[in-house]
Parts: sequence; structure tokens; C-alpha cells
Amino acid sequence: MAELTYRDAVARGIAQEMERDNDVVFLGEDIGKAGGVFKATVGLYEKFGPLRVRDTPISEQAILGAAMGAAMTGLKPIAEIMFSDFFAVCFDYIANEFPKSRYMTNGQVKCPLVVRTGNGAGSRFGAQHSQSIENWAMMIPGLKVVAPSTPLDVIGLMAAAVRDPDPVIFFEHKSLYATKGEVPDGEIVDTLGTAKIVRPGKDATILALALMVPRALEAAERLKAEHGIDVEVIDLRSLVPLDTQTVLASVARTHRLFTVEENPRLCGWGAELVSIVADEAFYDLDGPPVRITTPHIPLPAADILEDLALPNAERIADRVRRSLEG
Amino acid sequence: MAVAKNKPASEPAAPSRDAPGIAEFSKEQELTSYREMLLIRRFEEKAGQMYGMGLIGGFCHLYIGQEAVVIGMQMAIKTGDQVITGYRDHGHMLACGMDPKGVMAELTGRTHGYSKGKGGSMHMFSVEKGFFGGHGIVAGQVSLGTGLGFINHYRGNDNVSLTYFGDGAANQGQVYESFNMAQLWKLPVVYIIENNRYAMGTAVNRSSAQTDFSKRGLSFNIPGIQVDGMDVRAVKAAGDLAVEWCRAGKGPYILEMMTYRYRGHSMSDPAKYRTREEVEKVRTEHDPIEQVRARLLQKKFASEEDLKKVDAEVRAIVNEAAEFASHDPEPDPSELWTDVLR
Repeated sequence: MAELTYRDAVARGIAQEMERDNDVVFLGEDIGKAGGVFKATVGLYEKFGPLRVRDTPISEQAILGAAMGAAMTGLKPIAEIMFSDFFAVCFDYIANEFPKSRYMTNGQVKCPLVVRTGNGAGSRFGAQHSQSIENWAMMIPGLKVVAPSTPLDVIGLMAAAVRDPDPVIFFEHKSLYATKGEVPDGEIVDTLGTAKIVRPGKDATILALALMVPRALEAAERLKAEHGIDVEVIDLRSLVPLDTQTVLASVARTHRLFTVEENPRLCGWGAELVSIVADEAFYDLDGPPVRITTPHIPLPAADILEDLALPNAERIADRVRRSLEG
Repeated sequence: MAVAKNKPASEPAAPSRDAPGIAEFSKEQELTSYREMLLIRRFEEKAGQMYGMGLIGGFCHLYIGQEAVVIGMQMAIKTGDQVITGYRDHGHMLACGMDPKGVMAELTGRTHGYSKGKGGSMHMFSVEKGFFGGHGIVAGQVSLGTGLGFINHYRGNDNVSLTYFGDGAANQGQVYESFNMAQLWKLPVVYIIENNRYAMGTAVNRSSAQTDFSKRGLSFNIPGIQVDGMDVRAVKAAGDLAVEWCRAGKGPYILEMMTYRYRGHSMSDPAKYRTREEVEKVRTEHDPIEQVRARLLQKKFASEEDLKKVDAEVRAIVNEAAEFASHDPEPDPSELWTDVLR
């Protein structure tokens, strides 16, 4: 057991899979000699060499295209798109190529690759380097989508993603890179499509993802301490596949549903979750489901404004309390 | 065929600097190329008819006129090499040895189509035959073909990726990202630009600032040549040169195939952007199949009678494919849900 940062967990997770399988290659901008712009891939270039850890030109379309070409013929590439905002630059591969390969080829062509990317706000990078775009990926049939919130989950879900035969979009949260967590020694392999109850509770269910998980947990502690409200917090971890069983079972116990989303409000993943619960468990609910989201605005750079935009523990606690007391 | 700069659209073929000329074909090569090109021509004519009859829906982009390109290139490669192209893909599939019945059944959306009817005209694959699609997004396949080169390089084998795209696709951005990456990493990719003189309905000189596409790799130091894409022998010779370059580990190579598409961009394109005379001139003066036919007769490699027999055999294959594709069952509704994710 060792304490590891989320950042170091990325490198450990990739190294674990590259050691195990020579067909795993890693490519992206500044990932090798430079160790990654977020220093999340330090040491991989030295360990695995330039053939398997490839510094690429700043060419997002060529990176994803080359990764898919290699994946179609048997490699298991991990490609980095530095900031998730840049998905918009290479969206053809994400939306039109990867996810359609299996379906359009009668299962002949598989696309076993992972695109890992720095997602989310909190670094004052402004509107083009701060977005939470997990909902962009979630809306495309044929992709799997994960977003770990702890170092342990980073390693386990990375392993699951690399070993999965489908394209997996792996959202790392930029504001979590410096956070720490206990990680056991040895190989760690998790399962895609499994949510985790990170705090059991009986009065309400809060669904959260990535950076919103620690914020929801902090809100839960405040609600308990200040108001005696006992909420359950679920880290969804994976949007596709989606662990609806864990969500529905929780709602059946608590009878109230809240989502905490960093993505902008319209068509955020929480809307889909609320819709599923409304369809499947309407009569379990004792009150309206509530979505707590970033407003539907581009993100500002100034710290005071960015902090205002993202859901935080205070806002989450306040919204939950008012709703339960309402 | 005339070598001329500033050629009008009706002069598709103008081999340029450094082109290796033509490869003298043996009797067997002449006969094989004749038969293979004819199969594509008759198959496409049949597909056009079946589209007209409503048996084929959606998009359908015919390869008629460009047959020498894919057949000449196929004669230059070996098992294990990969082929990838855009949406004008039926000819490439037949050239790769895919079953005409399976291709036609995909066009009609039937169970035994290569993608069980879920791909359609633009999206067919055969991993077994080394054919990796069949891609609908203009130039999307260029980066994928670069990735096919990546795996050959990674595995250390001497296979090459034939990455086809058109003069229209050559104006998309990812082409140049891929050129840079392929040359930087010395990936074995032959980029084959099929210049059929029209990017959909816009002539090359109206859509491209640099209409000599063989020069499009110059700033990356990727060698490129223009090839008479209507002469299968010239294609084969250029293919040999480019493939050998790639196998030797020297990086990518660009072949601009000067060719011409007789039909519209797709079945819904009446091709009003060019004259009937222009098309007719290419057909009568430069047709890739007629060129081989004339040589076969002139060199006495075959008699009229022999060629009639070949024609009949090819027609039989195409008719059988059409028959099969018309009566093969439609896919089961349950197929809607298969092969989305594992």
C-alpha cells in the first residue's frame, strides 16, 4: 500500500498495461521526453523507449487516425488528447470512425483503443481549455466513457479500458491530478460500467463524477454535521456502460435524487440519469429530481468567476437542504 | 498519350517528371488486368442499373473509368499489405478479391452483404483480404491508412499500406497532418491520389490552388509522381516503384493517378458541370479497358473470340452477384442491435 497522486496513478496505470502487453503503445503530444504537460506520464518514455511511447506532432486528427489504423490491425493504442476541449479538432475520429467500426464491418474490425484526455475546470485556463465534455462522448453510440475520481480508480479503470475490445474515452480531471489516495501494490484491474457508493446514506442520493465526487462528499459531511441530513454519494465512474442498477437501488432506499455535474446544463449527463430514474423508478421518488450543474455558459478565466460557475460543496449542500426541507 | 501541362479536363492523363513510364506486360498480365478491370466495369454498370430499379438505396458512387488505377496498384502489392479508401470503393473491394456476391448484397442491404447490410455502399471491409474500408467521411481514411503503416513499422514487417483518396479529399487538413507524421516516422504508406478531375461537382482547377497533387508532399520531402492512371501498365510500374520505396523503409510515397470518372459523383449527380463531349472524348481516346483490349488483339495475345469468352464469363459473375443480392434475405431486425459494443 502506498499513497499516490492521481497524476502518478496515470503513469502507473499505463506502465502496468505496457509491461503486460507489447501491443500497447502510447502516443500523443509532449507525452514522452517532456513527461506530459500535466506531468502525468513521467518516466514512461525512459522505461519503454521511443517506439512504444511516441511524441507526436501537434496533429490531433493524425494522432487519433493513426491510433485507429493501428488498432484495426491488432495494436492497443493509448492516445492522449492533451485537453478534452481539443476533441472538437478531431471529432471526426471520435464520432464517425471509432464508434462505427464494429457496427459497419459486421464485427470484423474492432477498435480496441483508449483516448485519455485532461478534462474539466479549476485551473483558470478559460473557455477553451477548461470544459467538461464527458457528455459529448456519452451521446455517441459505440463509445465507452469513463471518468475516475481517485488514484486507485485511475489505475484500475485504465487497465480495464486498455483490455476492453472497444474504444474507451478516458477522462482525467485536471483539478484532481495533485490529489492523493491509497493504492495497493501489485496489479490493479477494475471493471467498466460499475458505479461505487462512496458514502452510504439514507435521506437522498447524490450522483457525481470526477471532480464533483469530492465536492459532493464534502457537501454530504456538511449536511450531516449542520443539518443531520444523511445523503448517499455515488461515484458513477463510468457513463457508458452505465451502472443503472446501483443508481436505481439507491433511489429505492433514499427516495430522492440529485445529480452534480460539471458539464454545462443543457443535455448534461444528469438529464439522462434523471430521465432513466423517472422512467424506471418514478414511484420510488418522494420529490422532484434536482440537477446541480455548471450554468450553460462558456467558462471564464478569472478565478472568482470560474469558482462561481462550478458546483461547489456549499452550493450542493444548500441545494440539497432546501429541496429536502421544501 | 499526350504529355501536356495546363491540360483541359478532357485530358486526364499526363505522366510527369520522374514517372517510371510503363511496364511491359506479359500475355498473362494483359489478360488478367483486362478481366479484372472488366469485372469492375460490368459490376458497376449493374449496380447502376439496380440503383435505378430501386434495389439499391442510399448513396452509390461508381468507379467506372478509373479501373486501371486500382488494378495496376493491386498488381504491385503482396499478401499482408493493406488497402484503404474512401466511399468510391466497390472497385477496390473487387480488386482485393472480395466476393462480388457479398459486395452486391451489401449494396442491396441483405444478410450476406459484407457488413450484413449495416454498412452499405460506402462502408465495407474484409480483414481477410486486407481491405480496411470503405469510409464515408472525405479524407477520414487518410489518417487511418497512416495508422496501418504505423503497425507495419511497429511490427517490423515489410508490408505497406495503400491509402487511396481523391483530388477533393486532398484539400482536407488531416491529409497534411498525416503526411508529416508518416514522413517523420518513415511509415510505409503509399498515398494514392486518384485525380479524376472533379471534387464532387467542382473541377480541380476551381477547387485547388495547386492542381499538381504529386507536389502536395513536397514540403515534407515526400516524393511524388504523376502517373497515367488510364494505362494499367503505367500504374503498375509506378506502384512497383512506390511500394519498393516503402518496403525499403524510406517512408511514404505519393502517386497522383491522372484518371477520369465517367459517371456523376454519385447516382444522384447528373454531372451538369461538364459537357457530354468531354466525357465522350476520354471514353473514346483513353478508356483503360479498351487500351488493353486493343493491345491484346494487336499483339495477338487473344482473338476476338477469346475476349468474347472473357466478357461472357465476367457477365456471368456479375449476373450471379445481382441475382444473389436480389434474393438474399433482408437482415433480421435483431441485427439492429448487434456489433454496437462488445
